[in-house]
Amino acid sequence: MPDGGSTGIGASVKRKEDYRFLVGQGNYTDDINRPNQTYTYMLRSSSAHAKFSLDITKASEADGVVKIFVGTDMDVGSIPCGWQVDSKDGTPMREPAHPPIAKDKVRYVGEIIAVIIAETLEDAKNAAELIDVNYEDIPVIIDMQEALNNANGLVHDEIESNVCYDWEIGDSEAVDKAISEAAHITTLDVRNNRLIPNAMETRSAIGDYEHSTGQYTLYTTSQNPHVIRLLMGAFVLGLPEHKLRVIAPDVGGGFGSKIFHYAEESIVTWASNQIRRPVKWTSDRSEAFISDAHGRDHVTSVKLALDKDGKFLALKVDTLANMGAYLSTFASSVPTYLYATLLAGTYTTPAIHCNVKSIFTNTVPVDAYRGAGRPEATYLIERIVDKAAREMGISQVDIRRKNFIPVDAFPYQTPVALQYDSGNYNATLDAALKKADYDGFEARKAASAKKGMLRGIGFSTYLEACGIAPSAVVGSLGARAGLFECAEVRVHPTGSVTVFTGSHSHGQGHETTFAQLVSEKLGISTDMVEISHGDTNNIPFGMGTYGSRSLAVGGEAIVKAMDKVIAKAKKIAAHIMEASADDIELNNGNFEIAGTDKSMSLADISLAAYVPHNYPHEELEPGLDEKAFYDPLNFTYPGGCHICEVEINPNTGEVKVEGMTAVDDVGKVINPMIVEGQIHGGLAQGIGQALLENAAYDSNGQLLSGSYMDYAMPRADNFVDFKVGNEVTLCTHNSLGVKGCGEVGAIGSPPAVINAVVDALSELGVDDISMPATSEKVWSAINNAKNKN
Amino acid sequence: MYDLQYSKPSSVNDAVAEIKKSSDAKFLAGGMTMIPTLKARLSSADMLVDLKGSNLSYISVSSSEISIGSMTRHCDVASSSDIKGSLPALAKLAGGIGDHMVRSCGTIGGSLANNDPAACYPSAVLALGATVVTNERSLKADDFFEGMFETALNEDEVITEVKFSIPEKATYIKFPNPASRYAMVGVFMVKKSDGISVAVTGAGENGVFRCEEIENVLNLNLALDALNNIQISHDDLTSDMHASAAYRANLIREMAKQGLKDLI
Repeated sequence: MPDGGSTGIGASVKRKEDYRFLVGQGNYTDDINRPNQTYTYMLRSSSAHAKFSLDITKASEADGVVKIFVGTDMDVGSIPCGWQVDSKDGTPMREPAHPPIAKDKVRYVGEIIAVIIAETLEDAKNAAELIDVNYEDIPVIIDMQEALNNANGLVHDEIESNVCYDWEIGDSEAVDKAISEAAHITTLDVRNNRLIPNAMETRSAIGDYEHSTGQYTLYTTSQNPHVIRLLMGAFVLGLPEHKLRVIAPDVGGGFGSKIFHYAEESIVTWASNQIRRPVKWTSDRSEAFISDAHGRDHVTSVKLALDKDGKFLALKVDTLANMGAYLSTFASSVPTYLYATLLAGTYTTPAIHCNVKSIFTNTVPVDAYRGAGRPEATYLIERIVDKAAREMGISQVDIRRKNFIPVDAFPYQTPVALQYDSGNYNATLDAALKKADYDGFEARKAASAKKGMLRGIGFSTYLEACGIAPSAVVGSLGARAGLFECAEVRVHPTGSVTVFTGSHSHGQGHETTFAQLVSEKLGISTDMVEISHGDTNNIPFGMGTYGSRSLAVGGEAIVKAMDKVIAKAKKIAAHIMEASADDIELNNGNFEIAGTDKSMSLADISLAAYVPHNYPHEELEPGLDEKAFYDPLNFTYPGGCHICEVEINPNTGEVKVEGMTAVDDVGKVINPMIVEGQIHGGLAQGIGQALLENAAYDSNGQLLSGSYMDYAMPRADNFVDFKVGNEVTLCTHNSLGVKGCGEVGAIGSPPAVINAVVDALSELGVDDISMPATSEKVWSAINNAKNKN
Repeated sequence: MYDLQYSKPSSVNDAVAEIKKSSDAKFLAGGMTMIPTLKARLSSADMLVDLKGSNLSYISVSSSEISIGSMTRHCDVASSSDIKGSLPALAKLAGGIGDHMVRSCGTIGGSLANNDPAACYPSAVLALGATVVTNERSLKADDFFEGMFETALNEDEVITEVKFSIPEKATYIKFPNPASRYAMVGVFMVKKSDGISVAVTGAGENGVFRCEEIENVLNLNLALDALNNIQISHDDLTSDMHASAAYRANLIREMAKQGLKDLI
């Protein structure tokens, strides 16, 4: 029996999946080719808002063209939104129709207006150039404030406003009262900049209809193939599950952008039946900029009321959230239930109110991106806490300590619906202060000043919510799906194990982490465990991977299935060893009769289960293969402290990150190396948002930052060595005690970076800088402050 | 990319003969700009005539002059011990272009012929008063650059060599665009026996230019603090989503201030 301990929980097992990726043997959607396959090019609108007509006559006759489809050809359902949010007056959100191919009106640059299917991609592209498109431009709606006033008309004529919903949470009266009586009020206007997700692998999809069986297969770059099967099958194409197989093979990153059901998936699936040949589409990088759902894009006014000692009394938040031109799959939930419910942060603020108006504009749809709502909430909380501290002459550390939810207050009910189960915010703060050498900051600042440089330090003591759940609660809040997870654990006759999980790995390392759970629980090495995911025909069911839910929800489902395996194995062992099942104990992979030296290995038992010659047939079915669904009792609540230190050249405004410390409480850690990698990636994206990245539109609705020439992706030399640490409190409502680590880096870090920049500039009188804090913005702020003084 | 033919002649003469054969042929000199534009269908050619086989990759250094073949790659200039010894600013400039992949393919001739307003090499050529040698003639740097993406090159004319006379001192200071890493502002400064010359890339609406405001001040007073209070006019400077003309004017001064330390 191999020793499972060395590959169990807490071991930094090297990632099992990396070998195939590193030797170029990954199997991504674009690596897949079907016999007799065609290629499609999506002709996309170059106008942000226009009535249009097109002439495909010449293009249809071009070399290699198999078929060209336009919007009116594709008579299918509307692309659905997965979450209904009701306005505060009780009316449901406005859901304008979202056809996969625009019919007669386009609403953003990048919207599909024709689908050219040809023998080669080049043929399709050549034909696309022969399509005559006639645009009759309509005034473009970009600015959310203008959209709110219908200043330039409507994005959707069939709804009477550009407002999707006007939603609120919290006690507005209590907040107003607290504000009117408070000793101090701090106000802040923030913009959470729009981001482009930039997964390393661009999206791709192959539709493959088999006429003889009526079976559809969709290969797609998805984080949740079962969800795509449901959304596309039930709502868009009207295909039943048993005739629709969705395969998401190796997927090269998603960050949320591959959760959603996109038009291209419906188009290739539908078209493969129309032309009776497989249809392949792969996005190029430029196309990804204008067709992958964007992230963030909030404009918010915040008010924080404090008593004379700096204790928070109330928080008032008013947000405009950009939806883009159509509702993407989870767009409506991001600025509401994944955002405003987080506004207590790590603090005891007794009264909170948040109003969110979500707005349609002539831009690419906006949806979840690493953190999804929680970075937006964290950003405004941590920024205004900092500003309040500065105004009241309290230190950045003290104001946080004063207001932290104390360790003995858990479970803690916030005024915005959530109930936190565990956390220790002083512990993560203390550890981070030490790791960041906070005590040495003043000396480092003096050394910078000597060189003529400004130095600042910024904090973020954030909290987030992972593993969005339970189904009954999210259902009452408008979710149109359950948020459980499913797993099947199959012990093979000779004792190796395949786990079928509804979670989907697209970079997270599930094939390793989940194998470690099996190793720990069943006492076998991870080499004996295979993790299977991403195919609706293999996996019983799945809700997929997003919101840092895979371990807390998907992992628990695996544990639950393993518990069933163990229970059955004990009965088999009891029968064979002629003992009572109650007396069988599982120790390091051995099923032992307590108090004796008699034992059976898992392999002995599984062989008996599949070769059931001596077997309790009257009590048990043969085989050792168990399935479980797990619906969590609550969210999990990771939190922690991020500290950023920057040095600024006042002559150029250039900001250099000199220190980045993250001490997080992500609950029990299964694989420390993988967790550290996740934190690093999140920090990179968080710092990218704070200093570099910005999806900018001009007033005509053209994306200015439409390539890497203009969209500033962070690179290694923008960073320093990250100092990462853990302070664990266990999640109290799952068996593993795990919380989630996928998003904390991106959630916690942006305000720490901006607070550091503001701290460096504060001696000049600067109290705000917007994201991204580009060198010109910083230089201008310095100049403006100098001119004022 | 549209369908096209590819040829790799073994001499400059053959290359010119080849390009004259078709109406829409283009020279390929590294391709670090050309290939992406072709792939994105932003430009087209019926024939690419690759200059890689034409024996134009070499570096030769004498006591007064450096001659660089037009197909010499950035990485070769960056790592040349001769150039590092006699004109280190040029090696530094080449070593700061793009990434490893770009430096391993991109060439000095390709960069000059394209004359991207944010490319690094044009500033060195202009500030050093280099000579651009073609298959037809020799062009003075002042006469070579004719505005954004425009040069004095005739159709079917090929740059074969660039000649730099070795100055007393030179330096290149670049403030990279955070997205593209091209120069948001790049300042090449030269001290020669007859005075100071300063060329700026990345900032001019008409491409690379000589900055007389800085040259005049430094020719009168080559001192570390000489530029502290100078105001650079931003009349002909570029404004875009990354930097306003005013900010670019500031960066020109700040980069020049940094460079000054290397000239004194």
